[in-house]
Amino acid sequence: MRDSSSRIVITGVGLTAPNGNSLSEFRANLLAGVAHISEIDVRYMGKLPAGVCNFDPLKYQKRKDIRVGTRAGSIGVYCAREALADAGVAPEALKKDRTGVYIGITEHGNVETENEIYNISQFKYDTKFWNHYHNPRTVANNPAGEVSLHLGSTGPAYTLGAACAAGNVGLIHASQMLRLGEVDFAICGGVSESVRTFGIFAGFKSQNALGSHPTDINKSSRPFDVSRNGIVISEGGCFYTLERLEDALARGAKIYAEISGYCINSDATDYVLPNPERQVECVRAAIAKAGLQPRDIHIVNSHATATPMGDIQECEALRAVFGDDCTETSINNTKSYIGHCMGAAGALELAGNLPSFDDLTVHPTINIDQLDPKCALPNLVINTPRKVAKVDTILNNSFGMLGINSTLIVKRYFA
Amino acid sequence: MTKDECKKLVLDIIADIAPDEDLSNVKPDVRLRDQLQLDSMDFLDIVMELRKRHGIEVPEADYLKLASLDSSAEYLVPKFAALGK
Repeated sequence: MRDSSSRIVITGVGLTAPNGNSLSEFRANLLAGVAHISEIDVRYMGKLPAGVCNFDPLKYQKRKDIRVGTRAGSIGVYCAREALADAGVAPEALKKDRTGVYIGITEHGNVETENEIYNISQFKYDTKFWNHYHNPRTVANNPAGEVSLHLGSTGPAYTLGAACAAGNVGLIHASQMLRLGEVDFAICGGVSESVRTFGIFAGFKSQNALGSHPTDINKSSRPFDVSRNGIVISEGGCFYTLERLEDALARGAKIYAEISGYCINSDATDYVLPNPERQVECVRAAIAKAGLQPRDIHIVNSHATATPMGDIQECEALRAVFGDDCTETSINNTKSYIGHCMGAAGALELAGNLPSFDDLTVHPTINIDQLDPKCALPNLVINTPRKVAKVDTILNNSFGMLGINSTLIVKRYFA
Repeated sequence: MTKDECKKLVLDIIADIAPDEDLSNVKPDVRLRDQLQLDSMDFLDIVMELRKRHGIEVPEADYLKLASLDSSAEYLVPKFAALGK
């Protein structure tokens, strides 16, 4: 076992979001206030707003791989290859058996199962028309497995089911595996293909939690705005390459940030409704693990999904943690641009803030025409980027159903 | 249905299930697996597409009869004829 205090660093980022297919494009749009929400045809439901990615899957995959595999697998392969390229690691140079692939998912298999049921509905529900790829497409490890197949990596490759906290969980788990010495190199993050399953849309609609806007589709997702009316479902992916600091330094890697602190806990109170008390405990525990005080956190990226109650509850939690002495703490949100990328949300939202270490700018949350007074947090960055004197720490919150909470803190790398 | 029409129909299916393959010079008398990147799951796809598109059933014992375009046509033309095609 390695020294459990090993320092873990981020050395590469690969992503696709509804408004960008690279970190630079994503960041430029976050600073320019460019949201990108599309209207898509959802089976049985009609046209609905959703966040859809437009990366080119053929950049790294063959047509047959795309046909046989899943959308989550394609997103995963794209993000993995982009992250490796960003890290300056050629796929053939990977130590195959010492590389771990740890991918957070909110759900997987709904898309493929719905497609097959629809397919056999065209044949009077005769199951002899059921596709023989159904099982490899729907096993829970599919997105990680497709990455492993593509890269030829033979180390552990699996997913972590953690609802919408999953993106953070992927990074946290990878950090732990590196510290344990289970692997020497990790590809980790989160992925979502949820825009292709009507069940997710129908489920949120039945909860009265599906977001829309009467005139401007790009305002469909508007956390903290008084008129917010729910979640915009999105797809996306964001993978990081993580390494132990000594390994990264030995190969002269670029270092984006260091993993500083984290916490995963559970509400244990409700299937759906969040519990601000447990959120507070999660954020405080992560800050304590990082050896910091709340006032030391410079950016807080909120989870807020634009549901009427959820946003208020997270604001309650953030108010409880970040008191009057947190004058240098800015708070923002990314879902206002891209909707809720589900399993990818935490990883994407962290990525969108990483460049703040260099440009000392906090991207805003957009689409706030009228701030809900109950969401009026001090230092909430609204509609316009904010220049700040110092960014040494970023805290990312991601919460999910069944009461799973995750907080991840990264800090500027100092030798 | 003529044998040539049947071969074209099989090639159309292969074009969909193996979209990266160049099918312009497939030799009808050579095993498909010897000239194209096809695995056992792809052959299950061919069987499935024959079922879905044309109502043709190929039992597992007969899978080997789909080895080449020639053998496929030999095997499938009577099946199409039995369906009045």
